[in-house]
Amino acid sequence: MVVAQQQKAGTFQVLVGKIDDVLQYAIGDPLRYLANWGRLYSLWPVHLETACCSVEVGAAAGSRFDIERFGTLEAFGSLRACDLIIVMGTVTRKLAPRLKLIYDQMAEPKWVIAMGACSITGGLYFDSYNVLRGIDDIIPVDVYVPGCPPRAEALIQGIVLLQEKIRRMPTLSGR
Amino acid sequence: MDRAKAIADKITSKHPGTKLEWVKPRRLKVSAPASMIKDVALFARDSLGFDHISTVSGVDWIAKNALEVVYFVGSTVPGQEGFVLALSERVPRDNPVVSTLIGVWRGAEYHERETHEMFGLNFQGHPDQSHLFLPEDWNDLPPLRKDYVSPGR
Amino acid sequence: MRMTLESEYSPDADRIMAVSLGPQHPGAGHFRIRLWLDGDYVVKALPDAGYVHRGEEKMGEYRNYTQNVPHLERPVILDSSNILFAYSLGVDELMNSKVPPRAQYLRVIMSEINRIISHMYFIAIQGLFLGHTTMITWCMGDRDFWIDLGERIAGARVTFAYIIPGGVRNDIPEFAIEKGLKTCDWFEKRMGEYEKIFYDNPMVHQRSDGVGVLSRDDAIAFGATGTVARASGLALDVRKDEPYSSYSDFEFKTPVLTQGDSWARAYVALLDMRESVKIIRQALKGLPQGPVRLKLGPQPRVPAGEVYSRTEAARGEMSYHIVSDGSPRPYRLKIGVPSAKNLRALPHLLKNVHIADIPVIYWSLNYWPVEADR
Repeated sequence: MVVAQQQKAGTFQVLVGKIDDVLQYAIGDPLRYLANWGRLYSLWPVHLETACCSVEVGAAAGSRFDIERFGTLEAFGSLRACDLIIVMGTVTRKLAPRLKLIYDQMAEPKWVIAMGACSITGGLYFDSYNVLRGIDDIIPVDVYVPGCPPRAEALIQGIVLLQEKIRRMPTLSGR
Repeated sequence: MDRAKAIADKITSKHPGTKLEWVKPRRLKVSAPASMIKDVALFARDSLGFDHISTVSGVDWIAKNALEVVYFVGSTVPGQEGFVLALSERVPRDNPVVSTLIGVWRGAEYHERETHEMFGLNFQGHPDQSHLFLPEDWNDLPPLRKDYVSPGR
Repeated sequence: MRMTLESEYSPDADRIMAVSLGPQHPGAGHFRIRLWLDGDYVVKALPDAGYVHRGEEKMGEYRNYTQNVPHLERPVILDSSNILFAYSLGVDELMNSKVPPRAQYLRVIMSEINRIISHMYFIAIQGLFLGHTTMITWCMGDRDFWIDLGERIAGARVTFAYIIPGGVRNDIPEFAIEKGLKTCDWFEKRMGEYEKIFYDNPMVHQRSDGVGVLSRDDAIAFGATGTVARASGLALDVRKDEPYSSYSDFEFKTPVLTQGDSWARAYVALLDMRESVKIIRQALKGLPQGPVRLKLGPQPRVPAGEVYSRTEAARGEMSYHIVSDGSPRPYRLKIGVPSAKNLRALPHLLKNVHIADIPVIYWSLNYWPVEADR
């Protein structure tokens, strides 16, 4: 008797699990895919220039490389509407608290591209008294774009990699 | 070189306490004691035409226990534009107090502020000696002093 | 009625509002301006630099004279050859070395190419701040032709590291000479179009004529250099005043305007580029034969001494104060950058202006914060 009841409950749980899977496949995944697809090609970067790599971001946004083709603007003013920080180079001790503050003000989901050797490891400034050795100590980084400064093509590749990451993002919330 | 030497002679003969350090084509360096540097600067600006401040540099002579501050002053007087006067003074490292020369060259303000934070030189009479380049919470030695070792080293 | 400056800090003056512009602001990258506003007017402005202070001067003391070469161009990669030019001249003077004539010409060519690259960026962003989108798309695109030319000569995209103590790093390839002459011809025509669409534009005139006027006396007192000084009627040009590195061989003028406003500061950049094209063409055509560098070895011994070398960079007078004690490393390396020299004029120019004029005045000073902070 007890065993039969347990078997019945087990079947019910399996059934619920199956329905959950079906719902996930039928509604959840397309919804997630749709949401991620919507985020993918409308990345709005923060207008935060930290060092000399911003020259190459300017060149990438210029008419020769034109990163708008890949669904990324060069920069945008309001933090609340932004979902991407391209950290353009060295982050100094004076800028680090501001960078964290800017990151915290942005709405989820948000992504970070560390551009240039300085923002990855400190680069040429590994022994400077005023430079952070990599920004991943203060904010999480999604894509690293090495170079000093990276060429505009390298930045474009970094953005494409980030878009690939967003496409495969497992949850709707982004974290 | 002759003309730079002639300018240097004018300064040293007018102000006997000053010393000609070196003279090169279009360059001359004159050192003055801290007490009379303002008079020398005013003389250089008004009588010799060195009116265009270029930059202010500092040197930490740790072996001689001295801090040196050097004012590099160019000129806008026609015919004298290429000449640069380096006017220097030395103060002891443990009491680095110099008087500001903003009254002579207004453009020296930010350069002096930078020299203050990088070398710990105290410019008396300077309106604002807060940090210009260093972070607000810097509480170590001034970084360009020779006994300050960068943390990465 | 606007409030006077005397009452700016008094507690009663609650109509004065303190605002921070930057470091994250479309009108001021890597840089912050602290503003005290009365309605739409700026009562007082103080620049807050140092967001990109990386301690180049301290690190210059840790590295030898060769290792400093790639380091020293990082503060201003827009203008990377010119910042190395003054350094190389200083080390050459300390070592008493005679640079071969071909290297001197190549230094001049690279320096002028970089001046154009830097001025193009300057005009592009000035157009952006004036809401003139054509200028940023044109200039950013055309700038890449000059960067390509530099890449063909030096091998790197923006950080050329071409001018080194004792000469230049490598010889110019033959096809780059031909390409350089072609680029000069094309660019001269192109500058006429810039003048028509940007400088003669009534919108640009209305927004920048008489905005941020720096008088000649103030330019002297604040120690302004470069485009800022030349727009205010101050004919300062180190290339003319002390013709270093064969600049006396070339025929060019120093453009000087007298208005001293934002428009004039942007226009001087265009006139500068005209002269640069002339110099590049003369230098490419009259390039002498011979070696391009002296053999100094990987760790050159520099005799003890003190030197103050300077060149005319894109933004103005670039100067180095190098003190050597005879060791392989400099004892003291002071970089006197033009942006830092022009910074003192900013709080003066931002008094009693509209908020909307701040980006125009700020950028018209041709201020590059990375360079100023070092």
